[in-house]
Amino acid sequence: MAKKIHGGMKAKRITGDVITYIFLIAISIIWLIPFVWLVAQSFRDGKGQFISTFFPTAYTFNNYKALFTEFDVMNFPRMFLNTFGIACCTCVISTFFVLSVSYCTSRLKWKMRKPYMNMAMILNLFPGFMTMVAVYFILKALGMTEGNKIPLALIICFSSGAGTQFYVMKGFMDTIPKALDEAAAIDGCTRWQIFTRITLPLSKPMIVYQIITSFMAPWVDFIFAKVIVRTNSQYFTVSIGLWNMLEKEYVDTWFVRFCAGAVLVSIPIAILFMITQRFYQEAMSGSVKG
Amino acid sequence: MPNTLTKTAAPRLKAADPYSLTSALKNGGPLVWASCLIMGLGNIAAGQFVMGLLFLAIEIGVIAFLAIPNGGFYWISMLPSLGWREQEKVFNEETFVYEYVPGDQSQLILLYGVASLCVIALFVVMWRASVRSGYKALATRKAGKRVPNIVDSVKSLFDENVHKLLMFLPTACLAVFTILPLFYMMSMAFTNYSKEGDHLVLFDWVGLKNFLAIFDSSSVIGKQFGSVLLWTLIWAFFATFLNFIFGTIVAIIINRPTIKCKGLFRGCLSMTIAVPQFVSLMVIRSMMQPEGIINRMLLNAGWISERLPFLTDATWARVLVIIVNLWVGIPYTIMSVTGILQNIPAEQYEAARIDGANPVQQFINITMPYMIFVMTPTLITTFTGNINNFNVIYLLTRGEPMYVGNSAGETDLLVTWLYKLSVDQQKYNLAAVIGIFTFVVLSVVSLITYRSSGSYKDEEGFK
Repeated sequence: MAKKIHGGMKAKRITGDVITYIFLIAISIIWLIPFVWLVAQSFRDGKGQFISTFFPTAYTFNNYKALFTEFDVMNFPRMFLNTFGIACCTCVISTFFVLSVSYCTSRLKWKMRKPYMNMAMILNLFPGFMTMVAVYFILKALGMTEGNKIPLALIICFSSGAGTQFYVMKGFMDTIPKALDEAAAIDGCTRWQIFTRITLPLSKPMIVYQIITSFMAPWVDFIFAKVIVRTNSQYFTVSIGLWNMLEKEYVDTWFVRFCAGAVLVSIPIAILFMITQRFYQEAMSGSVKG
Repeated sequence: MPNTLTKTAAPRLKAADPYSLTSALKNGGPLVWASCLIMGLGNIAAGQFVMGLLFLAIEIGVIAFLAIPNGGFYWISMLPSLGWREQEKVFNEETFVYEYVPGDQSQLILLYGVASLCVIALFVVMWRASVRSGYKALATRKAGKRVPNIVDSVKSLFDENVHKLLMFLPTACLAVFTILPLFYMMSMAFTNYSKEGDHLVLFDWVGLKNFLAIFDSSSVIGKQFGSVLLWTLIWAFFATFLNFIFGTIVAIIINRPTIKCKGLFRGCLSMTIAVPQFVSLMVIRSMMQPEGIINRMLLNAGWISERLPFLTDATWARVLVIIVNLWVGIPYTIMSVTGILQNIPAEQYEAARIDGANPVQQFINITMPYMIFVMTPTLITTFTGNINNFNVIYLLTRGEPMYVGNSAGETDLLVTWLYKLSVDQQKYNLAAVIGIFTFVVLSVVSLITYRSSGSYKDEEGFK
């Protein structure tokens, strides 16, 4: 009798497992279908956005080749380099800003500390593009929306707000024991030295996370770039470039190349994202130990 | 500002600061009073020459900026009228050609005027600092102590004043590229800066007219606002709670102890986070077109006889964005709830099982109440985030379908409408009103949750 019940439970568990696996595989497929389709389309031989079968009937590498050889309408390598340059500068500036602000709000006592944190929180509530038009006018008044100053304008856009994005980093720094700072101060360290020699080395995993996150911002942003760059195709970032490939006048020829470009952009971004996740988890588990 | 702040901070400040502005003015003596007019005088008299000259240079610089022709005072004086001179064609007697004399540009007047006001505000802060610093230096010398020279001041920037050094650039950038634009944008809400009525070059203050127009439910724009607001709230509600519920369910299923390859399944799902949204959403948009692959496949399979209007019918499009948002959002929920799920005490489930509760009952009566209790602050942040969710709407439907005569599409949220109003339709005044409205709603909601959340209170205790 007891054996029978046990066997029944086991059978029940196995059915449960099978149903669970089927469910998980089903939703994994749903989640992946658009990406599989995207990759398949990027190898499709032929033009046009609309075809009648899910998988292409003929495959080719020409879409990828065209992105790097045909520059008369859209210059994909240039977009890539534009974005890369902007991303590098943005990442240096933002990381510096975030580190400074988080150190000051986490470790130091100063009069404006609490007001600053409240202000940052309120500023974060404004939809970013509410000020976007105003930022554009200001940059225009500074003469930065024409010609080769456009990348500079974009760098400013992406990094100037970093002073409010310090919560995660501050949360991490809060977990570094204060006793370390005090010991260093007794040994004669200035606060600057405490910052550079103690806090920064201890925050390494979080800094990597921060660097990659701010590096990714210009790659995935679309709105700011569109308003600042407008139609200066020379200074397109990848996101506006890809968007433009789907505009009515280009979509017929460029759809398959859009797919190829999208694949090329997504792969590095996805890899970087996974690295951030690893470092984030490392930082969070390391921080508890102190 | 919050009450708790003043209660805790005020006594500490008073005790810590014997060199406040009031005490400087009360006990300072003639030199300090003179330094109110000539900044830095106190510092120079006390031997801090570099410091004093720096203050003086700042004063001269600001006054020069304000007083030069076309300087700060000019722009501030133009603020009330916002300019009236139109561009004119003038015949030049010497060269015998018509020349254009540029007229006023209200937009520039407003920008420079607001910027000048900000400069003055900063100057007042500097002035206060200079008077206090002069008073402090003089008082130190009077007491017979050594007055710190410039080397000491620079050194202090790396030690007890390191926050001034570190915070300077981030704050300056925020001031110029976030706060100044905010004031500038907000002031636009009180003007008629709009393509409508040809007010793109010269415009005037109109007081609260824009606000009245938008909140008047009988006007065209008011009706539009009402419908967009309603859809924004519906969207934010469904986007937040469906994501939360389904994300939790999927997370629980993945966490089933006997399941292997958990990492693989989580990895598949997190593809939508890893791939940039502008790629994945534009791909979905392309698939959902009337001629797109989904319709084609369904037609080929014979499941439908005519194309489904995914993006062209209002109801279909609205449901579609909510479903696609599930596709984008569930992985985020899984990431954030996995850890919390494991914290639910196992005894509760055991007790429920003994009482004969099935998994669904366990989910409704144990998991959900616990999750909602823990996640309320996160849920409210997600809710406000969804009100501002530009990407999903704009990249997927571009706010369409849009009916003729409307300025907003059927799937437009307040934020995408704001974007369209300012970038495409150039009705900056209305866009500014919507921005302010969104902000007020969001800030009220967030401040309440933030202040009642544990992290804020713990932060107080942390110091």
